[in-house]
Amino acid sequence: MDWNNFFESKKGVAMKNKYFLTLIASVITLLWLTQGVMAAKGIYIPLFTYKTGPFAGSGIPSGNGMADYLTMLNERDGGIGGVPLIIEECETGYNTKKGVECYEKVKGKNPAIINPWSTGITLQLIPKTPVDKIPVLTMGYGLSAAAVGSVFPWVFNYPSTYWNQASAIIKYIGYQEGGMSNLKGKKIGFIFLESGYGREPIPLFEELSKELGYEFFTIPVAFKESQNQSSHWLKVRKEKPDYMIMWGWGVMNPTAIKEATRIKFNMDKFVGVWWAGSEDDARPAGKAAKGYKAATFHGIGQNFPAVQDILKYVFDKGKSQVKDRSRVGETLYMRGVFNSVLIAESIRTAQEKYGKRAINGEEMRWGLENINLTSARMAEIGLPGYTNPIKGSCDDHANNGPIFIQQWNGSSWERVSGWINSMDRVRPMLEKAAADYKAKNNIPNRTIPCS
Amino acid sequence: MFYREAGQFKTTYIADQELFPVKQDRWGLFILIGFSFIVIPLIANDYWLQAILIPFLIFSLAALGLNLLTGYAGQLSLGTGGFMAVGAYSCYKLITTFPETNVILLILLSGFVSAGVGLIFGIPSLRIKGFYLAVATLAAQFFFEWLFGRVGWFYNYNDSGAIEVPVRKVFDIAVTGPIATTEARYMVVLGIVTVLALIAVNIVRGRIGRAWMAIRDMDIAAELIGIRPLYTKLIAFGISSYYAGVAGALYVFTYLGAAEVEVFDINISFEILFMIIIGGLGSISGAFFGSAFIVLIPILITNLPLILGIPINAATVEHFNFMIVGALIVLFLIFEPHGLAKIWSIMREKLRVWPFPY
Repeated sequence: MDWNNFFESKKGVAMKNKYFLTLIASVITLLWLTQGVMAAKGIYIPLFTYKTGPFAGSGIPSGNGMADYLTMLNERDGGIGGVPLIIEECETGYNTKKGVECYEKVKGKNPAIINPWSTGITLQLIPKTPVDKIPVLTMGYGLSAAAVGSVFPWVFNYPSTYWNQASAIIKYIGYQEGGMSNLKGKKIGFIFLESGYGREPIPLFEELSKELGYEFFTIPVAFKESQNQSSHWLKVRKEKPDYMIMWGWGVMNPTAIKEATRIKFNMDKFVGVWWAGSEDDARPAGKAAKGYKAATFHGIGQNFPAVQDILKYVFDKGKSQVKDRSRVGETLYMRGVFNSVLIAESIRTAQEKYGKRAINGEEMRWGLENINLTSARMAEIGLPGYTNPIKGSCDDHANNGPIFIQQWNGSSWERVSGWINSMDRVRPMLEKAAADYKAKNNIPNRTIPCS
Repeated sequence: MFYREAGQFKTTYIADQELFPVKQDRWGLFILIGFSFIVIPLIANDYWLQAILIPFLIFSLAALGLNLLTGYAGQLSLGTGGFMAVGAYSCYKLITTFPETNVILLILLSGFVSAGVGLIFGIPSLRIKGFYLAVATLAAQFFFEWLFGRVGWFYNYNDSGAIEVPVRKVFDIAVTGPIATTEARYMVVLGIVTVLALIAVNIVRGRIGRAWMAIRDMDIAAELIGIRPLYTKLIAFGISSYYAGVAGALYVFTYLGAAEVEVFDINISFEILFMIIIGGLGSISGAFFGSAFIVLIPILITNLPLILGIPINAATVEHFNFMIVGALIVLFLIFEPHGLAKIWSIMREKLRVWPFPY
């Protein structure tokens, strides 16, 4: 198309310009109208998802689990305490810039809670939340130090932090070796996605290596090398570690597992973080990956009554975004459910205090801090034995939760350990890191009362 | 009719050399600047300022910097993200080392660090050209991503590996950090972008800009008429990196609020390159048009179904987003390879003779 002719067609220049201007004007008006939609009554819960982009493989099941559990509550019980939940997804693509845009978009609609689902986005939101009075739930990710409620009253990382988990993994390795003292002289390698997330546990591993006497080395995998790790695993082969620990995400996980099988690494001694323990991570390597272990903190499968309800009220009615029925109940799906259980139980807790109505961010914050998810309560909501009980407190926003280890048997995950508590020495380290953050960023003392 | 310069006579050389010789352009610009400074902060809400206007302005500045280098001096660069990272991290170091100093001054100063780095990475431009130079500048991109990710000193050994923006006040008004209002941050960004854009307009029409264009159009001929290629190319790298550095510092300190080095990955370099190609190479206004296109169109597409009330998954919209933006870029390159700035100048020409086209 030639723009000269375009503007000089038969109808005349004026008309065309008018069209053009009208187009621009309508575009601007539309953008302006973006705000102020969504006036429906209920508790507004934005869900940040990343069903596109390089991490979509992990983001799709977790996002679906999160949405489906909340939708099930809406369909089955009409919301929580009779108040419907308004669920809205905002696509971040695991991209911090889009995450910030999502946050700004949902901020004005009085959200009860924000679930960033990315450590990078979390780091940006942590300073903003006390100002905007919106709690942030970073379930098992984000900044470990945020577990210290006196410094981070608005951030929650139930059920556990990366540091707790890292110490529990070391403990597990210690058990495997027949006692913590046997870790002396052992060599542990750490392969991680080079990002804030992957670097998080390194200070803890280094601290523990001094104390327990194991040798520790790290192998960073830059995101762009995620799918090409042969050189990294060549280094592993050269170093001959006794154990490998992985903090991976997205396509890095299956690649690493495949590479490990290729160098004939003993899969029994390869332990992944709880984000490297999904079916999609181990399945590509198939039978060869048999023996690979990963941390986790919740049950999986379709046998839970609540999952049956999801199938009945959500999936069978075509309200789920899951395509394949058998994928409901997989590891990452159930992790999304876990996130939503925490949200739902916190809303219930808050409603007990503030009345059965739509609660705001401040009330939700109280709910999160006073959550009490006992075993009996879990059975009540249809998830018996789903996870270790979670009891919130003013000071501890991570519940210091224990983890367990699951193992890949070639086609599915099997639980191979009991609950492993984190080491006692983690908490002082978290407190020190929080104090450090507080000093560096001039965070004022907590003024929110503890009750 | 409205846009006609007939009757605007220049009687002095000074008047003839004005930045915007046509009265309508000048007034239009004054109105636009006045509108941005006075009306927008009064009427726009947080979402508009924070999610749309601030990133638009910051990316405009970065695109402007790259346009000086690529559009005017003809040196292809893929290192913009790296230079932005240098600006952001040096600003972080400066702000944490000198907490009492005016933060706006420090943001402007951090551009000089980036300019210095740009000079170093510009040295190969004397020997290599075109795509080969793009590969050489790509080294800057990867090097700085690696450096700021691995060396703890740059992020003050934070456990998170990220740089966090502390609260800093200028005349008792917080302009960075979480308590800074979006209006204050918008004003800082707008002020810096306006001043730097005016400086850029002046640079490109002066001696330096003419030397750049001579080098771009034919470097041997330029050398023969007495333009020193090394000096000219290096100054292009320096000034361009200065703009990129300031944009990077603004990106972290007024927009993101905290950042890992991953936000300055190779994608941002490509995005800015697309901006200047779509906006128009070798044009100051093109940087703004291109940035508007790349920043605003995806936001519009994401929000459109919500406004129209179409029930559609957020993820599906995102897929559409990729497809539509991609298609638009291709269409633009086919139908108007000179970019949005060229369309604007055609419209301007049409307006001058309107309503009596000849």
